[in-house]
Amino acid sequence: MSAREKAQVLDETGLDRALTRIAHEIVEQAGGGEGVALVGIKTRGVTLAERIAAKIAAIEGTKPAVGALDITLYRDDLGLKAAQPIVRSTEIGFPIKGRTVVLVDDVLFTGRTIRAAMDALMDLGRPRIIRLAVLMDRGHRELPIRPDYVGKNLPTSRRETVAVMLREHDGVDRVVIQEE
Amino acid sequence: MSWKRKDLLGMRDLEASEITDVLDTAVSMKEIASREIKKVPTLRGKTVVNLFYESSTRTRTSFEIAGKWLSADVINFSASGSSADKGESLLDTARNIEAMSPDVVVVRHKASGAPALLARHLRCGVVNAGDGAHEHPTQALLDLMTIREKKGHLEGLNVTIVGDVTHSRVARSDIFGMRKMGITVTVAGPPTLIPAQCQELGVKVSHRLEEAIASADVIMMLRLQHERMEGGFIPSIREYSRVWGLTLAKLKPCRPDVLIMHPGPVNRGVELSPEVADSPFSVILDQVGNGVAVRMAVLYLLAGSKGA
Amino acid sequence: MSLLIRGGRVVDPAGGTDAVADVLIADGRIQKVGRGLKAPAGAETIDATSKVVCPGFIDMHVHLREPGFEYKETIASGTRAAAAGGFTGVACMANTFPVNDNRAVTDYILARAKVEGVVRVYPIGAVTRNLEGTQLAEMAEQAEAGCVAFSDDGKCVMNAELYRRAMEYALPFGTPIISHAEDCHLAHAAPMNEGLVSTELGLSGQPGAAEDVMVARDIILAELTGAHLHIAHISTAGAVRLVREARARGVRVTAEVTPHHLVLTDEAVRSYDPNCKMAPPLRTKRDVEACLEGLIDGTIECVATDHAPHATSEKEGEFAEAASGVVGLETAVPLLLDRLVRPGVVDLPTLVARLSTGPARLLNLPGGSLAPGAPADVTILDLERTWTVDPAAFHSRSRNTPFAGFTGIGAPWMTLVGGVKVTP
Repeated sequence: MSAREKAQVLDETGLDRALTRIAHEIVEQAGGGEGVALVGIKTRGVTLAERIAAKIAAIEGTKPAVGALDITLYRDDLGLKAAQPIVRSTEIGFPIKGRTVVLVDDVLFTGRTIRAAMDALMDLGRPRIIRLAVLMDRGHRELPIRPDYVGKNLPTSRRETVAVMLREHDGVDRVVIQEE
Repeated sequence: MSWKRKDLLGMRDLEASEITDVLDTAVSMKEIASREIKKVPTLRGKTVVNLFYESSTRTRTSFEIAGKWLSADVINFSASGSSADKGESLLDTARNIEAMSPDVVVVRHKASGAPALLARHLRCGVVNAGDGAHEHPTQALLDLMTIREKKGHLEGLNVTIVGDVTHSRVARSDIFGMRKMGITVTVAGPPTLIPAQCQELGVKVSHRLEEAIASADVIMMLRLQHERMEGGFIPSIREYSRVWGLTLAKLKPCRPDVLIMHPGPVNRGVELSPEVADSPFSVILDQVGNGVAVRMAVLYLLAGSKGA
Repeated sequence: MSLLIRGGRVVDPAGGTDAVADVLIADGRIQKVGRGLKAPAGAETIDATSKVVCPGFIDMHVHLREPGFEYKETIASGTRAAAAGGFTGVACMANTFPVNDNRAVTDYILARAKVEGVVRVYPIGAVTRNLEGTQLAEMAEQAEAGCVAFSDDGKCVMNAELYRRAMEYALPFGTPIISHAEDCHLAHAAPMNEGLVSTELGLSGQPGAAEDVMVARDIILAELTGAHLHIAHISTAGAVRLVREARARGVRVTAEVTPHHLVLTDEAVRSYDPNCKMAPPLRTKRDVEACLEGLIDGTIECVATDHAPHATSEKEGEFAEAASGVVGLETAVPLLLDRLVRPGVVDLPTLVARLSTGPARLLNLPGGSLAPGAPADVTILDLERTWTVDPAAFHSRSRNTPFAGFTGIGAPWMTLVGGVKVTP
């Protein structure tokens, strides 16, 4: 399935500014950088969480804890696909109980991934608060889920896909809209 | 993910990529064992039936835990006290169970080929938990997972399997699986316990323990069943354990990082001296822990590919 | 009643004939074989153009299962299957229930055959009482009643002393002793051949040596007693070699081979299909080649099916638990024509000899030839007829064949016993 690129919606600078703003917003709402933990949803959510954590460290002087969450075992669409999706590991090296956890993902779409992520997080412990940070919100929610921090709002049609490319994975930082 | 099979009947027909998929998935599943809440909703609403014609608390419990941690409903059906005692044929029992719509049937049976027979007749997935002397694929998979975990890789390693290979389904599955992953396999035992044309399976055959384990990275000890003495395969358990049993003294010339494995249960003092069983060389308990992870991985993969 | 079979290729190995000719039959006997024969008034004519006309085939190793196991087969259904398969006569083994170890059972079988039998039935009596291998059966009375041979087939008489006595005792009757050669200890009831396949499948295997050891023993006993020893269902290279060497020495030993041991190897068991389970088991490629060689050079004088019907419930399920044996009457001739004759491995006259002349000679039966005066038992073949093995269409009561779905060219076309058409 080859996707045709339709438009670029964020370049390297735009992406970086969005993450910087999100980092400031997180710090402001939390009244500081401590106590906050960032949990990135695999795969690119983890990279974004690392970057936001680095920015928070630059702002506040201390880096928040960062964890990685694999939500495959909590998906609601298992058994409907041709073959089971690959299960990766969850690595959260700190206690969840009583923490303010900010879930981080690259694109928010139907909301099902975030629902699975919340279930997975709750099985690991009882957080005090869960907040959601996404780089792109492309609309078309199928569940009542809303983000707390958004890099960019982007109305899209269902036929389109939003691809977030990151240096660490794809060699370049940009966000584009594609169509099948 | 290359797993598309409805059933897991043996290692012989698996591709190396399929084996790797199972091992990688098992590693992810293993993390769940260290959580406080050992449960994920993945197989919620799925039914797993353990159809065990041979009694086996360990393997059955391992499959049961695996299913339950994945939120599946696990039903245990053991041969004693069931229709099997009343003379119901294997096929009829299976058809009856299928009428109750299970998603996966895990079967252990004393007849080689029984799981294959069931897989042909059942719509749901079938996992072979041990059929006669034929295969025990989840055992081989957990063995491979343990070795890979401890050694960091599989290809190029030397594994020696010691004991009653003729009657061992674990040995066959290990041989098929290890060869697929590029491991050099040696089997060692008295000639009466090595099956016909064994070397044509691609293994080295040795009848001297010391020579067979000298350069082994892993020594897999097989359980000796007491019936072998009655069957005329060995003169006595005493002589067998003197010649083929592993002791610390016999391990001295071996590699310092050698791993000792055993599918369990261990006949202490026969295959392994108690000192060896409890030594730092032994990874037998790791095998058991990995067993649950591997079985979770297998149930996860099979429950998702229902084979049309 | 006269019958003229016109224009077929007549293959009569006993008479050295292989030519297009007519066969004239009257009063149940062959009158004449020649070209341009005239049919007498009122005679029926069969146009056998492009067909092959042979002496009636005789299967000297069949389990008719009656009395006692009628749910598997009866004399009626078994002989119907024989007729459909191109056989005009069958010799039936003694492992019925009760065992045919006394003349009462022999008389019963012959009486049933007279009423229900579609082809000729020749009973084989037991060597030992109830096949237990401890006491001789009453072979004199059985021979008098009509048994053509003696065999404990299904089992091996393990006691060499007793078997020697049996061979000696049967000498005056002129009946061969047929051995199911299988050392029960070496074989330890293993369901398949011991080899690479059994090792991979984790199934217990019996070595070819289990057969060879007994063939060797029986040959020595035959040499000692002067008996006519016939080896049933020979299957190993070792056994063929032993028989060949013994015959060269002048020992009166003969042998038969089954079609499945000429066509299949132990690789067929990989499917775990119990329809591939029989005794002796399917062997290796080398064994199959040796049996073919033996069949061609005459070491093995006949083909016999070892037709062993079993109910479906006895042949499904776990391989190790399934009953042993496969049916063969309806698949033998088509298979051998397609797999041996068509590719030129065995020439047609040789195969015909192994199916007719050979068994008739070994059992001292009238038949096996189209000479004037011989009984008008005729098998007519159609070498062009295509077939697919469909067990559901068998005339036998049982369906246990390893050849389901097999296809080929060449099959029996018509079977006549005493000049009467018996093809179902």
